[in-house]
Amino acid sequence: MPSATARPRKYIHAVRETLAEEMEADADVVVIGIDVAAGSVYGATKGLAERFGPERVMDTPIAEAGVVGAAVGAAMAGLRPVVEVMYMDFISVCLDPIVNQAAKLRYMTGGGVRIPLVIRTQTGGGRSSGAQHSQSLEGMLAHVPGLKVFLPSDPRDVADLLRAAIRDDGPVVFVENRRLYNSPTPDGPWETLPPGRARIVAPGDDVTVIAWGRMVGDALAACQDERLAGVGVEVIDLRTLVPLDLETLLASVRRTGRALVVHEAVEGFGPGAEIAMRLTEELLYEIEGPIRRLGALQAPIPYSPPLEEAVLPGPASIAGAVRALLDD
Amino acid sequence: MIATELDTLAGDLRAMARIRAFEERVARYFREGQIPGFVHVSIGQEAIAAGVCGVLTEDDKITTTHRGHGHCLAKGADAGAMMAELFGRATGTCRGRGGSMHIADPRIGILGANGIVAAGLPLAVGAGLAALRQGTGAVAVAFAGEGTVHSGAFHEAIALAVLWRAPVIFVIENNRFSEFTDSDALWRGAPLIERAKAYGLTSAERIDGNDVIAVRASAAAAAAACRAGEGPVLIEAMTYRIHGHYEGDAVGYRDAEEFAAAQQRDPLLRSAATLEAADRAGDAQAALDDAATEMDAAVAFGLDAPYPDPATVLEDIYA
Repeated sequence: MPSATARPRKYIHAVRETLAEEMEADADVVVIGIDVAAGSVYGATKGLAERFGPERVMDTPIAEAGVVGAAVGAAMAGLRPVVEVMYMDFISVCLDPIVNQAAKLRYMTGGGVRIPLVIRTQTGGGRSSGAQHSQSLEGMLAHVPGLKVFLPSDPRDVADLLRAAIRDDGPVVFVENRRLYNSPTPDGPWETLPPGRARIVAPGDDVTVIAWGRMVGDALAACQDERLAGVGVEVIDLRTLVPLDLETLLASVRRTGRALVVHEAVEGFGPGAEIAMRLTEELLYEIEGPIRRLGALQAPIPYSPPLEEAVLPGPASIAGAVRALLDD
Repeated sequence: MIATELDTLAGDLRAMARIRAFEERVARYFREGQIPGFVHVSIGQEAIAAGVCGVLTEDDKITTTHRGHGHCLAKGADAGAMMAELFGRATGTCRGRGGSMHIADPRIGILGANGIVAAGLPLAVGAGLAALRQGTGAVAVAFAGEGTVHSGAFHEAIALAVLWRAPVIFVIENNRFSEFTDSDALWRGAPLIERAKAYGLTSAERIDGNDVIAVRASAAAAAAACRAGEGPVLIEAMTYRIHGHYEGDAVGYRDAEEFAAAQQRDPLLRSAATLEAADRAGDAQAALDDAATEMDAAVAFGLDAPYPDPATVLEDIYA
């Protein structure tokens, strides 16, 4: 039996075990989505149907707009649905219930309704999944007032943030990264942080790298690049885009004087631009040079491996971008 | 008709008269520039709101459309608070955040009007699902227009409701017009109730939506079926939109003869005539008089109410 304090073996186990714990703790928590009873495409809901029955682990037709819309209505009427949207790209076929309904109904009713809804989805480029199964659309979602956006990189944060998302009385988009599903839980001490608190995963005094999801690991890998030998790189895992922990970022960049925001989402009009600007507004006269961004190129994610590699950021391009910052 | 039936009819006329009096004042104060934005009124369609909501309890949920004032009033929303909302005031139903198109009172099961055509249908299915899971015995009603039924959300909502056997009543108010266009001109293939039956709904019937007795009977049967686990159900209620799509619409697309005929089928006049024929003319007059008094007071309440404090504009965005 998993418990709240047990250490999940891998990222995917953290999803599954946290769902089970929250379903155990609260009969109003229901899991809804395509293939969820069968365990869902990457196994995140495996075993839940057997344990909690088809009435709480509900398979749906492939009809995301209707399913997410129904989940919003169910949340308004007292359930705590966790609805799975199989790929983040498919968010675009159910934008109305997310953008116009879930995000706005609490506000439009003058606070008259709670919408305790979690939309679990996953993204992750680099697997030749093509342009409709590889997008990172978190910036688009974070742009909409009313939506919270969580993007854990560490299995322990998967558990902590998914629990927080399910217990939240408003809509949360919970973005998993499929290329992290098999990553094991690291050893070492762990401090549970609430949403809206960033985590410093590597301390350093020369430059700050802000990342989330799979880019956290790539940023840590970039620190080993020979171009950064002897450089104190502070890597921050943002964990949640909304709420945004500007305080931790400001404290770090004020100390290092330089910052790079890295994300898998395309760079143009992306979340990195917002974060860089928010920091610049506060720190313009305290920093050594412009705060830079590194995202995917402004292109649909291509299929062919060398093309896809050219579009996505990775340890080498992160190291290059950090080096360029230092050499500015 | 026996006395209890006449009592029910008199009660439904009161509900309809309240909606009519509310909407007439909304149209007037919009014309005079005191209600901002845009408003869509339901004059001519009151029997559907009154008859359907007349069989619901406070636990039952409704979702409605941009033309939703009547449904909210019939479901029990306070007219003064609604009017204050339309005037954009702090004491409005939604504290001035929603307005006409988003008017709601979730505490009494009104999950809201909706500015997106067909969006309320999946929401109602979800509310029905919640009632099933929590065993409350409540039903959910999705009010929508016939302009909704070609949308993907309509199809997906009905498919899910049938799959889950959710206690949902889809009430399609066929008021002849999809915004500015004749709805018949946008239709090919089987009539709505044939389509609906093909989805596997246990019942789908077309009724005279201007006959409140027929509406109430159909809604009562639908609610009973849903509460017995035999939902979902669809009702196509035939009516006629007396005003334009929105206030200020010049309705140049409307056929004058058809409009004149529709006015003869006014649901309030018909109910009043039935009461008069049964020697209950006093009930009919009292319904109209009381509605006028109540809605004048609602307007006064709304106009007297303070505007919201701009310092509160960022409240209630995130939980």
